[in-house]
Amino acid sequence: MTDQAQLLPGTLDLLILRAVSLGPLHGYGVLLRIGQISGKALLIEQGALYPGLFRLVRQGLLRASWGTSENNRRAKFYELTAAGRKRLREETESWNRLATAIGAALAVQPEEV
Amino acid sequence: MKLLDSLRFRIATLFRRSQMNAEVEEELRSHIQHRADDLERSGFARPEAERRARLEFGGHVRFKEACNDALGSNFIETLIQDVRFGLRMLRKSPGFTAVAVGTLALGIGANALVFSVMNALILRPLNVPDAQSLYAIERRASFLDPSQSYPDYLDLRDRNRSFDSLAAFSIAQAGLDTGENASTAWAEEVSGNYFDALSIQPYLGRFFHGSDEHGPNSAPYVVLAYAYWHVHFQDDPKVVGRTVGVNKHPFTILGVAPLGFHGTLLFGSPDFFVPMVNQEQVEGSNFLNARGNRWVFMVMGHLKPGVTPAQAIADLNSIGAYFGKNYPKDDGQITFTLARPSLYGDYLGRPIRAFVTALMLLAGLILLAACANLGSLFAARAADRAREIALRLALGSSRLRILRQLFTEALLLSLMGGTVGLWGSVMLLGWLRSWQPVPRYPMNLPLDPDVHVYVVALLLALASGFLFGAVPVKQILRTDPYQIVKSGSIATVGRRITVRDFLLAVQIAICAVLVTSSMVAVRGLARSLHSNFGFEPRNAMLVDTDLNMSGYSGDAVPAMQKRMIDAVGTIPGVTSVGLIDWPPLHEAWNSTNVFTDQTADLRPSNAAAEVVVYSISPEYFRAAGTMLLAGRSISWTDDKNSPRVAVVNREFARRLFGSATNAMGNYYKRRDGTRIQVVGITEDGKYTNLTEDPYPAMFLSILQFPMSEMHMVVRSNADPQHLAAAIKSELRELDAGLPFFLETWNEKLNSALFASRVATVSLGVLGVLGAMLSITGIFGMAAYSVSKRKRELGIRIALGAQRKEVLQAALGRAFKLLAFGSSAGLLLGILASRVLASIVYQATPRDPLVLAGVVLAMLLLGLLATWIPARRALSVDPSILMREE
Repeated sequence: MTDQAQLLPGTLDLLILRAVSLGPLHGYGVLLRIGQISGKALLIEQGALYPGLFRLVRQGLLRASWGTSENNRRAKFYELTAAGRKRLREETESWNRLATAIGAALAVQPEEV
Repeated sequence: MKLLDSLRFRIATLFRRSQMNAEVEEELRSHIQHRADDLERSGFARPEAERRARLEFGGHVRFKEACNDALGSNFIETLIQDVRFGLRMLRKSPGFTAVAVGTLALGIGANALVFSVMNALILRPLNVPDAQSLYAIERRASFLDPSQSYPDYLDLRDRNRSFDSLAAFSIAQAGLDTGENASTAWAEEVSGNYFDALSIQPYLGRFFHGSDEHGPNSAPYVVLAYAYWHVHFQDDPKVVGRTVGVNKHPFTILGVAPLGFHGTLLFGSPDFFVPMVNQEQVEGSNFLNARGNRWVFMVMGHLKPGVTPAQAIADLNSIGAYFGKNYPKDDGQITFTLARPSLYGDYLGRPIRAFVTALMLLAGLILLAACANLGSLFAARAADRAREIALRLALGSSRLRILRQLFTEALLLSLMGGTVGLWGSVMLLGWLRSWQPVPRYPMNLPLDPDVHVYVVALLLALASGFLFGAVPVKQILRTDPYQIVKSGSIATVGRRITVRDFLLAVQIAICAVLVTSSMVAVRGLARSLHSNFGFEPRNAMLVDTDLNMSGYSGDAVPAMQKRMIDAVGTIPGVTSVGLIDWPPLHEAWNSTNVFTDQTADLRPSNAAAEVVVYSISPEYFRAAGTMLLAGRSISWTDDKNSPRVAVVNREFARRLFGSATNAMGNYYKRRDGTRIQVVGITEDGKYTNLTEDPYPAMFLSILQFPMSEMHMVVRSNADPQHLAAAIKSELRELDAGLPFFLETWNEKLNSALFASRVATVSLGVLGVLGAMLSITGIFGMAAYSVSKRKRELGIRIALGAQRKEVLQAALGRAFKLLAFGSSAGLLLGILASRVLASIVYQATPRDPLVLAGVVLAMLLLGLLATWIPARRALSVDPSILMREE
C-alpha cells in the first residue's frame, strides 16, 4: 500500500511536474519516469494520471503537443512552461520544508522533549 | 490577461468540445498501446498484452469524465443539464409551477401592459419628422389651455421670432359627399402652412400651402387621410383632382396624406384635412375675425435651431403683453407656455402622464409583491427539498452548483411567466386598440407593442427571476448536510415577527384597500346611474343633427328645426320633443362670462360668473324632464324681434341676484353687452360632469341664438328600437340628405360616465390582482410554515391533537396576519374613498353592503389561500414521518 502516499493532495501534480522537468514526455512516459525516479516506490493508477495532466495544462504549467513516440506511435508530449518551472521550484521548496519539519518532529526522542 | 486567457480557453473548449473528446480518447488509447508495447516486449502475445493494458488502466469512462472536468466545466452543457433538471422538478410539482407562473404572468403582464401604454402615450415621439423640436403653445389661464382664437393665431404666427412657422388646426364634423352616399366625417381644419410646417410629404398628389389662402372660403381643397382613402376610395389613385361635396360645397381633392399620419393628436383619427380659412363652409359659421372665440384647437410649430423653449416663451409673452394692451376685452393680459402637442398640450397631457406614471408605479409594486411571494414559496420549496439538497452536498456537489440549479429553476419560471404575461398583455392591447369608448368620436390609440416593450418584459422577467430566486440563498448556504441527513429539516419555530411577515401584512392591507375601493366605486357607479342629473335620461332618445351639413343656413335653419319637431311629435307614443344645442353632460359645452346689469366695463376680470350656455326650443324642459321652479319656459314668441330672454338655473340666480325671487324678471349682461331678462328658474343639474359642484347655467331661445347643430330630445314610452326606426323614417321623409345620429340618452351618458367607469374598471382589475397576490403570499407563507413544522405537527397528531389544534398550530400565524392586514386595509380603504369621490359620483364607504362585501371577500381569500397547506397539515401521517426521519 505504498501508493497511498500519492493520495496526499497536490503530490501527483508535483511528481508530474518533476518528471516532465527532465525532458518532454508523453503520458505513458510520465508514468514510467515517475516509477523510475521514485525507485518504483510509487505506483500510480494509470488512468488517474490524465486528469492531472489536463489540469496542469489548463493552469498553464504544462504545454502539450502531438508528436511521434519512440515506438513510432502518435502521442501527446508534455513539457514545462516557464510558469511550470517556477511552480515546480516553489512546490519543491515547500515540500522540503514540510518534509524536514515532519521528519524532525517524528525523529524526536522522548528524552529530548 | 489571465482572465482573458481563461475566457478564451473556455470559449475554445466550448466550440471544440467534440474535437477535445476525440483527442482525450486518442490520448488514452495511445497510452494503452504504449503499455501494450511494453507488455509485448516482456513476452506477452499482442492480444493478451492489450487486454492486460486495458485492465491495468482502470475505468476508462470514469477517467474520461474526470478529464473533461479537468478541462473546465462547460457552461452551456451545465446549463442544458440544469434546465432539464429544472423542468423535471417543475413538472413534478405542477401546483407550485402553476401558481408561480400565474403570479408572474400577472405581475409581468401588468407591467408590460402599462409600459406599452406609457411607451405609446409618453415615451414614443410623435410620428412627424423632428418631433423633438415641435411644441404647442398653451395659454396660462385658470388652467392650461392650448386653444386660441384665429386672429390671435395670426398674430402669434407673424409676430414671433422663435418658430420656423406656426401651424394651427381645429376639429370639426362635416358631411362629405363623395358621389355615392353623403356621410358625416371628421375633418381637421388646418392652417394653409400646416403640412409644410410639419414637413409632411404627400403619399399621393399634393398638399395645400400657405400661399393658397386668400381670405374666407378661398381654398376649397381636401386632403384625404390614408385610412379614409383606403376604405372609401379603395386606394384609387385617380381621386386626385376629383370634386367632392363638403356640406354640399364643392371641394377639390388635392392629395392623400401618408400612411401613419393622423394629425398631431396622438389619439386623433381625422378623415380628411381642409384649410381653416374655409371654416364657414365646413362648420356653417365663421369665427375667423372673432378674437374672443378660441375655437382653434391648437397652435404649434418647430422651434428655430438654437432657440431654447425658455427663450421662445419669453418671446411669446411679449406678444401676450401686446394682446393685453390692444385687446383688453378679448384677451386681457396673457402669458404662454410650451407643451408637447401629442396629448393636447398639458391640458390632457399632465393628467394622463400623472395617471400613467401612477399606474406604472403600482404595476411595479405589484411585481415586487409577486416576487416577494414567490420568494417565500421558493423558500418553502427549498425547505421541502432540504433532504435532496443535503444529499447532493454530501455527495460532493458544490453549493454554488446547487444555487445555480435553483436560479435556473427560478429563471425558467420567470421566463415562462413572462411569456404568458406578455402574450396576455398583447391580447389586451389589441382589444384596447379597437376599443371605442365614445362611439361618436373615432379614436386611434397607437398602442402597438414595439421592441421596447419586449425588451422591458424580458428584463423584468430576468430581474424578477433573480429577485425571488435569491430568497432561499441564505438557507442553502447555511445547509449542513450532516445535520439534515441525520435528523431531517431543522424545525426552528420562529416566534418573532420577521420582515417577511410584515411585508405580507402590508400586502394584505393593500389588497384590502383595493378591494374596498373597487367595491365602493362599483356601488357608486351603480347609484350614480339612478341619481338626479337635473334631467331624466330614461325614456328619452337623442337625435344629433347638423342642418349646416345638408346646406341649410340663415332663416332656413329655425324653420327646418320647427318642421322636424312637428314631424317627430306626430309619432305615436311621443309625449314631447325639444331641441338643445348640446345636451347636458355632452363631451363639449359652451361656457361664457356674464355680467351684472350694473357693470359697464365688460372685461373678463369684472365678470360676475362663468356660466354654461344652452340654446333650447320651448318644449325642451318638458322633453328633458327638467323641473321649472318659477316663471315660464322659453316660448315660440321669443324670436329675433322680441327682447332677449333666458331661463336660468337656481345656482345662476343665487350667484348673480342672491336668490331666485330676486332673479325673476331681472336683467344681466352678456359679454357683447346684450341685456337679457330672466323669465324662468329651473332646478340645478349636472352639466359638465357628474361630480361637479352646482354650476350656473342659462338657457336661451333657439330663435334668438340660432345654432345649426342640434340635439333633438324625444320623450316617449315606446320601445327605443321602434322609436328610432320611426324617427328615422320621419326625418328621411323631411329631407333624405340630412345626416343624423340616434342614441338613447342613457347610451349617451355612458361617455359622461367614462371617467368613473375607467376608474372602476382599473380599481376592479387592481383589486383582482391584489387579491391574487395576497393569495399566493398567504399560500407561500402557510405552505412554508407547514413544511417546516411537519415533524412537530406529526408529533402533535401522534400525541392525539385534534384537527382544530393542528390547524391552529400550522396556520394560526397566517390567519393572524390576514385579520390584521384586512382590518388595516379596510380602514385605509375607507379613508381612500374620499379621493375616489372626486372621480366616481356618490362614492361612499359608509355602506353596509360594501363593508360586508370586503369582509366576505377577504375571508374567502384567506380560505382559498390556506386550503392546500391546511390539507397538507392535516394529512401529516405521524407513522410515515417517524419512519422517514
